[in-house]
Amino acid sequence: MSAQVRILQQRVRSVKMIQKSTKAMEMIATSRIAKAQAKVRAARPYSIQMTDALTALASSSSLDHPLLNERPNPGRVGILLITSDRGLCGGYNANVIKATEELSALLRSQGKTPVLYIIGRKGMSYYTFRQRAVEANWTGFSEKPTFADAENAAELVVGAFMAGSEGVGPDGQPGIDELHVVSTRFQSMISQTAQASRVAPLEVEYVDSDSPTASGSSGPLPAYEYEPSPDVLLDALLPKYVNTRIFAALLDSAASESAARRQACKSATDNANEIIKKLSRQANQARQALITQELSEIVGGAGALAAAGSEEE
Amino acid sequence: MAEMRVELVAIEREIWSGVAKSVIARTVEGDIGVLPGHAPLLAQLKEGFSARIILQDGSELGVAVHGGFLSVTKEKVSILAEDAQLADEIDVNQARAAFNAAEEDSDESLRARAQLLAAGQSL
Repeated sequence: MSAQVRILQQRVRSVKMIQKSTKAMEMIATSRIAKAQAKVRAARPYSIQMTDALTALASSSSLDHPLLNERPNPGRVGILLITSDRGLCGGYNANVIKATEELSALLRSQGKTPVLYIIGRKGMSYYTFRQRAVEANWTGFSEKPTFADAENAAELVVGAFMAGSEGVGPDGQPGIDELHVVSTRFQSMISQTAQASRVAPLEVEYVDSDSPTASGSSGPLPAYEYEPSPDVLLDALLPKYVNTRIFAALLDSAASESAARRQACKSATDNANEIIKKLSRQANQARQALITQELSEIVGGAGALAAAGSEEE
Repeated sequence: MAEMRVELVAIEREIWSGVAKSVIARTVEGDIGVLPGHAPLLAQLKEGFSARIILQDGSELGVAVHGGFLSVTKEKVSILAEDAQLADEIDVNQARAAFNAAEEDSDESLRARAQLLAAGQSL
């Protein structure tokens, strides 16, 4: 009986330990969301200006660039998957991996061969465990991506894209004809959605000029002077634009990861609290039962002794 | 005195914005000075050089720009850079050491060179 009490108290203690760490992770994730969102905001002026510059260029250049043109018979198609390095973030990784699988099924049905580029340890372990080929991977920065990280990844995938599936990319592997990015979009603190978008061949995303952060006024674009010629400028601008897109996806994913982790750790903490409550109630009940039993044994024993004494006289 | 709005935007954040008298930068084709009322322009900046923003009071703001563009519109002048630093953020000794250590014309050397120039040091 007393053994049962001890076991219950032990379990209460161990659940309390777990609750402590999930609570700590929840609070860390909460503070990281704000930081990640600030980074997303800080990176916005650049991408807006970049888009402005491209829009201006588009009006005066022939727009004939490998990054813009669809290839006639796409063969190998690259998918850049952005996952997290650590777990405990609910369905975050499962969702992007599912989106990736759906995308590759779609691409396969179109007669293309998907190849994978992975950012984040979790995506990597998913594919290595299933012994599926991964073209390249980068890990160690999923929560705090810097532009240098984005550039590293972009350099390889853009290089592979420029080589095309007949050519040889910078890593010595055959290149790719299309590039898709699967990342998580931060919608709100409680809602993040996995999404796939094609980055190359590129479709320039126009910024809504009504939004307060967008620069430039509506109406016809001014006649720009270019230095050097528009085509050379386009050559220089487009790869940087792709970098910006990949960096933006990384930042958004980082914010989503923290939000997902906060959510997951919050429910883990809530559940742990519930278990603690239930277990300590059981432990108290067992302890109380033990005391009651001992009391009744004492009372019963004393009664028996008293009865035996009166019979002797 | 005519004035114009200048924005210095790096990829990770907006570094500086304010009102200035003129902007001097080195594009791939040569030095260019932008005064208020300049015609719209889009130019690629040469790597390893600095840009200078001349403020209202005549003081100069040196900027190390690594791989960027200069865009002039009716409303403002913007310097877009993947990586940019203001002169007073630059650690001159560190930049000098990096400049001496790096191979000539390598990425690091150009970056350090731009930093030194922006800080007003001679090479």
